[in-house]
Amino acid sequence: MSGGGLDLAPVGLSALLAAVTTFMLLIIATPLSWWLAHTRARAKVLVEAVTALPLVLPPTVLGFYLLVVLSPTAPLGAAFVSLTGTTLTFSFTGLVVASVIYSLPFAVQPLQASFEAIGRGPLEAAATLGASPLDAFMTVATPLALRGYITAAVLTFAHTLGEFGVVLMVGGSIPGRTKVLSIAIYEHVETIDYASAHVLSAMMLAFSFLVLLLVFVINRRYPIRMS
Amino acid sequence: MSRLDLNVRLKLDRFTLDVADTLALQGITAVFGHSGCGKTTLLRIIAGLERGAAGRVAFNGEVWQDGPGTRPRPAHQRAVGYVFQDARLFNHLDVAGNLAYAARRAHQSSSALSQDAVAEALDLKPLLAQRCATLSGGERQRVALARAILVAPRLILMDEPLASIDGRRKREILPYIARLPRDFGIPVVYVTHAIDEVAALADQLLLMSEGRRVASGPVGEIMSRLDLFPLTGRFEAGAMLNVRVVGHDPQDRLTDVEFDGGRLSIPYVDVPIGDTMRVRIRARDVVLAVGAPASLSANNMLSGVVTDMREDEGTFVDVLVRCGSALLISRVTRRSVRRLDLSPGTPVLVYVKSITLDGYPARRDELPEKTNVERK
Repeated sequence: MSGGGLDLAPVGLSALLAAVTTFMLLIIATPLSWWLAHTRARAKVLVEAVTALPLVLPPTVLGFYLLVVLSPTAPLGAAFVSLTGTTLTFSFTGLVVASVIYSLPFAVQPLQASFEAIGRGPLEAAATLGASPLDAFMTVATPLALRGYITAAVLTFAHTLGEFGVVLMVGGSIPGRTKVLSIAIYEHVETIDYASAHVLSAMMLAFSFLVLLLVFVINRRYPIRMS
Repeated sequence: MSRLDLNVRLKLDRFTLDVADTLALQGITAVFGHSGCGKTTLLRIIAGLERGAAGRVAFNGEVWQDGPGTRPRPAHQRAVGYVFQDARLFNHLDVAGNLAYAARRAHQSSSALSQDAVAEALDLKPLLAQRCATLSGGERQRVALARAILVAPRLILMDEPLASIDGRRKREILPYIARLPRDFGIPVVYVTHAIDEVAALADQLLLMSEGRRVASGPVGEIMSRLDLFPLTGRFEAGAMLNVRVVGHDPQDRLTDVEFDGGRLSIPYVDVPIGDTMRVRIRARDVVLAVGAPASLSANNMLSGVVTDMREDEGTFVDVLVRCGSALLISRVTRRSVRRLDLSPGTPVLVYVKSITLDGYPARRDELPEKTNVERK
């Protein structure tokens, strides 16, 4: 039944999507989680709730709204088209945008927890040692939050790799552009090509297990402890 | 001598901190008061760590913050070294890394302090390669102290650095702190609620209560003010004398010390003969007598004159007695006052039990002008 060579393009696409999403999210989540960890603003709970929404929302719901917002007829989607000439929906860029939003809590929560665990103490100490806030962030907060960064990166990467509903809604299944691993598996099953589905699924399973193992090992072994 | 001008306000949970004072910083200035009286907050305001603080902070005429409309100088631009109660070492760096962190960001590049010399002075050489998480409490505070010195500050602020360290280790660290101003030429503001740390370290005292400054000045002077007794320690209150060691009695484990009001024997302290040290005499341990001495040990018998008396609302009367130029305080009952007919001007004999005397061996000979003995 399986037509000879298994198409591995979805694997590469998924890995690329996960890598780009992780990179973007670490940049976006750092200031956001820093703010959440240190603010006393009332808006904090509101922002926390919004950030956590992707955890509870059915991916299809999130995907549906993203499809609406990113489509060329909506202001955001239209603006993107006039800027770049391409649409956000059914494109790799659109997938990145969707994935960033979908995986946001997986980056924000470990980082926020790390920053909260560090507290203000070491930063105040750094300030009294002549370090500017940015200097203190780079030389004290970041290394102390390393565990949080590793956890955030690994979880974001793995979660993006495994997404299905959002990707299907926003990206469809265009081979080489938006057809990621999970969609490929779904299509193999649809066409009763269980052998291919088996290979891809086993790869996912092994990878996910290794990733989680890594996270737990790091959490156990990593020497940094707060005072 | 450095000058610290303070006129600051900050609303806290239970009260508003409001301190206005000009401190002549020389040696170690203790900020003393009950727990929760705002001492630590005051220190944090000086360092620039309390954003909400209003008012003025100026060090040697350099304005660190001023009234509304001006931007306070941020903490990292104030040339202070800060030693936190919990050390706050950077656990991702080893000891040497912590010291280097400060040295790289030193406020005065011309600073003659080398990492090597500071590590040497604080006996940190053997610890340099250790991870901070493996250090004992006392070692952590020594590293924190070295780190604060290496940032080449013009003022060191210490917030109860010994509070979380047990008694024996505390005594090990005290000399390092006591030597700071002399060895490195940096004045220290030292927050504590422990009277023995004041006795062992402080030259000057800022007494605080409920967010307010109550008094400030030389330690001996503040400690012998009867009106401040409720704040300087109700049952622990007493005089602090600066004395000179004149002999040791190894057999009986006693040390003889002298001041211009007489001689005292105190439990043995390891201080060379001729050096000065401080002795604390609790008011409740001082006995007064009138007339010829009975067969009491002449060693700790001093003669003096009553200069002031203050009645407690309870059973006690605190009596201030001048012996030479030093002031001793005795806490006696109302009945004793009547029986001995004590009043200002009455000559009395003062007896102190040796065993109750606390000697503080941190050497103070570099600061003679601060001693009760030599001040006229």
